[in-house]
Amino acid sequence: MLQVKNLHASINDKEILKGINLEIKAGEVHAIMGPNGSGKSTLSAVIAGKEEYEVTEGSVILNGEDLADLAPEERAHKGVFLSFQYPVEIPGVTVTNFIKTAINETRKAKGQEELPAKDMLKLIREKADLLEIDRKFLSRSLNEGFSGGEKKRNEIFQMAMLEPKLAILDETDSGLDIDALKVVANGVNKLKSSENAVLVITHYQRLLDYIVPDFVHVLYNGKIVKSGGKELALELEAKGYDWLK
Amino acid sequence: MDLKEKLVSSFLAFENKGILDLDSSVHTIRTKAIQNFETEGFPSKKDEEWKYTSLKPLLKHDFSLFSSKEKSIGFKDIESYLINDIESYTLIFIDGVFSSFLSDTTHEDCDVCVLSSALTRPKYKMVVDNYFNTIAKNNNSLSELNTAFTKEGAFINIPKNTIVAKPIQILNFSTGSESEILLQPRNLVVVGENSHVQIIERHQNLSKNTTLTNSVTEIFVHKRAIVDYYKIQNDTENSSLIDSTFVSQKQQSVASVHTYSFGGKITRNNLEFYHEGEHITSHLNGISILNGKQHVDNHTLVNHKFPNCESHELYKGIYADKSVGVFNGKVIVQQEAQKTNAFQQNNNILIDDGATINAKPQLEIFADDVKCSHGCTIGQLDESALFYMQSRGIPKKEAKALLLFAFGNDVVEKIKIPQLKTRITKLIAKNLGVNLGFEL
Repeated sequence: MLQVKNLHASINDKEILKGINLEIKAGEVHAIMGPNGSGKSTLSAVIAGKEEYEVTEGSVILNGEDLADLAPEERAHKGVFLSFQYPVEIPGVTVTNFIKTAINETRKAKGQEELPAKDMLKLIREKADLLEIDRKFLSRSLNEGFSGGEKKRNEIFQMAMLEPKLAILDETDSGLDIDALKVVANGVNKLKSSENAVLVITHYQRLLDYIVPDFVHVLYNGKIVKSGGKELALELEAKGYDWLK
Repeated sequence: MDLKEKLVSSFLAFENKGILDLDSSVHTIRTKAIQNFETEGFPSKKDEEWKYTSLKPLLKHDFSLFSSKEKSIGFKDIESYLINDIESYTLIFIDGVFSSFLSDTTHEDCDVCVLSSALTRPKYKMVVDNYFNTIAKNNNSLSELNTAFTKEGAFINIPKNTIVAKPIQILNFSTGSESEILLQPRNLVVVGENSHVQIIERHQNLSKNTTLTNSVTEIFVHKRAIVDYYKIQNDTENSSLIDSTFVSQKQQSVASVHTYSFGGKITRNNLEFYHEGEHITSHLNGISILNGKQHVDNHTLVNHKFPNCESHELYKGIYADKSVGVFNGKVIVQQEAQKTNAFQQNNNILIDDGATINAKPQLEIFADDVKCSHGCTIGQLDESALFYMQSRGIPKKEAKALLLFAFGNDVVEKIKIPQLKTRITKLIAKNLGVNLGFEL
């Protein structure tokens, strides 16, 4: 599904990613771990198409298509979803209106009709229930005054609505207490299928107890320095990152 | 002959063939007004209050002061400028002349009619003597000019204890019958005790010709009365507007003036509130969304003279291309005005590098037991918010528009007429060049 080939990326002429290779197949869950400043968030932003980053070498290929020239929204239309570490607050736009716009823009890009209001409402309710989201929450301004847990739950709610092919969860566990973490992880697990893939970016092993990865990669100084199975996460938790440097 | 000379020399002819008895008090008022205008002339950029807005490009035009030819206008031509999905009284002026054919007036529970008849009929002499030009006088030379040439406009006289069920729409159209025309509508609004009225005002050029409108509105709000006044400014690129609106409020009254500036070459709004009693509430709301070389200047004043009153001011601006915005918000809290609550907020977004905003909050507080605050921000669109929305599949253009919509939303939220709110929302969407699938 996703192939990252020798990816080099920099911001303001400072190279952050220094040759990343990664292949994710449909149905798989991959985790990327690594210390602060290793390039984890940069990798997710580059895959999602953030314009501040310049790809100097290599490529990101989704289902055979090079994403290089695609804007972030076009990547979203092709099935890339990035759950933000720090979701942005947008006062004046409700959760419902935001997701309606996102869904209908995506449908428009695919040449589909807008989703009828009735079906939209039904879908919103169904997904809100899946993530144990209070209905009242849906008429609040997007992320404004949300707790850390509410913000992350809202991210996964949007993921559930958009049904991406590749979901990248950037530090989704940060700011979550254990109960909220379980709800979020549970939601991700329910959305997982043989048709889609998940890339979990995390600092700690904790989230991986609930979203169990097929592969774990260690990112250090802009490169993947070690890959392994889920047991690698436990080893990192025990030993830290120093032994890999 | 420059415009000032032309105006001054036309005055006598205007006054002699006018509608007025030369012995009337209004004649005296007008004669004094033209003298004041002659002394002061048009404001220039040297004048502190006009530092950021130059009238020079307008004054070089050879304006006709009156329309000499009548152009036939039908309902079809103006329909789209009316809020027509709502029952209302309408006062429609074509090139400064009242059109009884297109209008819908009343004298039943209240007077919704034209100023020309109020100025001449004995029945209204008391009202005219008590109110006409009492707040506008000696204020600025442009208002003096309007007073000197006062001929026509809206006359709204609401007796006490009257809820006017239908909003009143005042529409001033110019048809291009003259290649360059100066229009000077004059409105007088008197709202009696415990009464309530909603008014929508609009100026619209129907042609590509040049129009300068110098409008003056005086609004008197008596005890416990409520007035909502909406100004829609979405005119063509050859149309300029100088609007002076003066509001005088008695105790426990609530007056709100909403100004939506979406178009026009040069727009200058002078909006002034004067308090004449305790427990008064004043609301000043404005939103400017400009592009091209449009220029909008909002000058506001709230003069707190009595204790226990409040004022709430919220102005927002979105400036694209080479457009220019000016916000000058003055709040005076006089020494007697203890326990005043005065809030002022002015937020601006500059979309393009060539756009300009000159913002100047001015608070002059002479009382010591008051709550006053003001905030002024100038910013750009939040790039991280744009990326966030794009990453959810919302294209950049729509994402920008959504952010700008959200930015202006709290001003639009304050509109109390749902049909007008829908209209304003649509105008904003049109100005931002998007079609959103929902209403905010």
